[in-house]
Amino acid sequence: MDFNDTPQEAEFRKKVRSFLEANAEKRSTLAAKPKGDSGSSISSAGAPETVKGEDAAKLALQNAKEWQRKKADAGFAAILWPKEFGGYGGTPIEQVIYAQEEHDYFVHSGYFEIGIGMLGPTMMAWGKDEDKKRFLPKMITGEEIWCQLFSEPSAGSDLAGIRMKAEKDGDEWVLNGQKVWTSGAHFADYGMIVARSDPTALKHKGLTYFYVDMKTPGIEAKPIKQISGSANFNEVFFNDVRIPDSQRIGAEGDGWKVSLTTLMNERLAVGDPPGLDFDQIFEASKEIEVEDGLAVKNSEVRQKMADWYIQSRGLQYTKYRSMTALSKGQTPGPELSISKLVTASKMQDVSSYALDLMDMSGMVHQDKNPILKNLFQNGYFFSAAMRIAGGTDEVLRNIIAERVLGLPQDERSDKKLPFNELPSGKN
Amino acid sequence: MNFDFSDDQKLLRDQARKFLQDKCDRKSVRSILEDNQKNYDADLWSQISELGWTGTAIPEEYGGLGLGMLELCVIAEELGRALAPTPFSSSIYIFAEFLKSYGTDEQKKKYLPHIASGEKIGTFALSETNGKPKPNNIKTQHTSGKLNGSKNPVSDGESADYIIVAANSDSNSNYNSLSLFIIDRSDPGVIISNLDTIDPTRPACTVDLENVACERLGDEGSGWEMIDNIFNRAAVLFSFEQVGGAQVSLDEAKKYSLERFAFGKQIGAFQALKHKMADMYVKIELARSNAYYGAWALSTDSNELPIAAAGARVSASEAYNYASQENIQIHGGVGFTWEYDCHLFYRRSKLLSLNIGSIRQWKENLISNLEKRNIV
Repeated sequence: MDFNDTPQEAEFRKKVRSFLEANAEKRSTLAAKPKGDSGSSISSAGAPETVKGEDAAKLALQNAKEWQRKKADAGFAAILWPKEFGGYGGTPIEQVIYAQEEHDYFVHSGYFEIGIGMLGPTMMAWGKDEDKKRFLPKMITGEEIWCQLFSEPSAGSDLAGIRMKAEKDGDEWVLNGQKVWTSGAHFADYGMIVARSDPTALKHKGLTYFYVDMKTPGIEAKPIKQISGSANFNEVFFNDVRIPDSQRIGAEGDGWKVSLTTLMNERLAVGDPPGLDFDQIFEASKEIEVEDGLAVKNSEVRQKMADWYIQSRGLQYTKYRSMTALSKGQTPGPELSISKLVTASKMQDVSSYALDLMDMSGMVHQDKNPILKNLFQNGYFFSAAMRIAGGTDEVLRNIIAERVLGLPQDERSDKKLPFNELPSGKN
Repeated sequence: MNFDFSDDQKLLRDQARKFLQDKCDRKSVRSILEDNQKNYDADLWSQISELGWTGTAIPEEYGGLGLGMLELCVIAEELGRALAPTPFSSSIYIFAEFLKSYGTDEQKKKYLPHIASGEKIGTFALSETNGKPKPNNIKTQHTSGKLNGSKNPVSDGESADYIIVAANSDSNSNYNSLSLFIIDRSDPGVIISNLDTIDPTRPACTVDLENVACERLGDEGSGWEMIDNIFNRAAVLFSFEQVGGAQVSLDEAKKYSLERFAFGKQIGAFQALKHKMADMYVKIELARSNAYYGAWALSTDSNELPIAAAGARVSASEAYNYASQENIQIHGGVGFTWEYDCHLFYRRSKLLSLNIGSIRQWKENLISNLEKRNIV
């Protein structure tokens, strides 16, 4: 048992370090920002604080694209992808090493995570060769950004309940309906979408998977303003959107199977959200005064912080165990789903408790807040979203209970009836 | 990175598990629970000693097998799973570790071979009163080569042949006045009185000392420092026992929830129970990972040990307490009967979370060590 890099891994780490040192800026513990409001880290971070609103968003995107290009040129943008598509052809351990090293730097890769982490692997597994050649290299360099059009107003935790219509018309498909919670739809160039091609088939059988150019006529993205005040997600409306059949990925009716490839990769891609954690409240507790002196010296505060420490490090070491398994050629199990379940609630507890420690000043949440830079105010809002996005706490507990522990599945009434005969509360 | 046990260590785990399934079933655990005259399972003790478990991490030159601390962690987890009613922890995690770290060569030669072979049992006596042991409540005194005082509770004291006693070697009691002394149980000044515990399979007693002959272990006045270090080492080993017990608590909760029907279905199909068991699983996995990190720090003599040990201790104590308590809950009415085994784990988990200091105390250790690291 050791944490030492193998000579090969040490060599890789050295390469990564010298790349980061030469190209990125290090950050301090208290400057660590919670990620954006989705599982991915799309936010205005990276823009100077004096720039606001749309300009800040544009500037941030531009900065992120420049960073992505540098990463891609150095070969680090898609470590697990094969070389033929511009990837590094690396091992899971190398991906972990890169993430560990990049974590200490103030850079943003969130815009590209969905493409590189989830959609790219789906295209590799199910797509046509010409599509792979055309799209995958530009996904890596950040020249083209991709979004994932899955969730709908009546298909959230119950994702297969998709109602977006896909009707065949000659060599084309006509899409009508609405998607929601789509990160980055307002700046994405392409999207991958699941739609219902046969409403008379069983729920999981009547779906088909496509990719779309987001500039296709009839597509309209409207940002959703969230609890935090920022807008990283969209509602996306499809109004008689016509796409050629060549944009289908996988066979007609195989949409659910193809989606599972995307979702399996989601667990790996967003399974490790950094952000507000023990380290931030530990540092802050050395600055905040409570009734008997500095918070860090208060016994109750210390007891609480110890709990967050063991959760935080417990997750980190769990990841090391999973990665050890991966590097031995075993598949990582669904035990990775504990990561977001623990992280989101921990962040909510940490921020809520830190605001309480701050007493009256905890009320303030304004730009350029001199007190701890809104760290815990932001976390307070973000964590509420994080407990829901990418699988709610409840869905994750079900996944653990059913897939890890082997407990019985919930009783379902939607497995035997054709989709258009299922109760929906709307018929 | 290789954050896992080796194939040899996993083989050892499988063998130990099989052996204990056979030789330490619930019936034998209960035979100790229900018999006031027995402090431990002597048959089991002699068999695990013959297998060499007691000598796992004791160097060959002192009669042990000379394997590492990781092998001992593996065995600890299995002892925890089986609820083994033996003085293994007192004698091996604590007494032997004190000797290995602080004994003179002569002392190691004198004591360790007997401990490694299992023919003698050692333990440690620190606490004297209610609450956390600290300088102002340690009254046991060392004067002119003799010990006087009273220790309570002392784990496995009644079974022990040798006891390490913490005593003041100075008339003032402060952090630099505590020293450690080894005594022989057969000294006529040693008076043992049995105490009942929340888990009778892990007994304790009062040890009264009247002019008891002793030999010093380690430097005079460095008692607290030595205790901190050995408790850190023991904390990692105990965390494996705790993870083992917690895992079995979850496994048995799950098994019962699949056998028991209510409202026309298996109770394990209700989300209220599924989610509870998911929470048990999460806490156990975090504890296991923290224990692994402790094992790494312990086996490499890392200066991370105080932090790693405290993290493992807190995480494993909380996981086992939670798992054993919710195991009773999932069993419903039968869960709080004597007949069902749930209470064996409920007892053991609480006892293990107290025996080398409470969760509260270890959380404090954790944060103060993190503060120290930050300053360095």
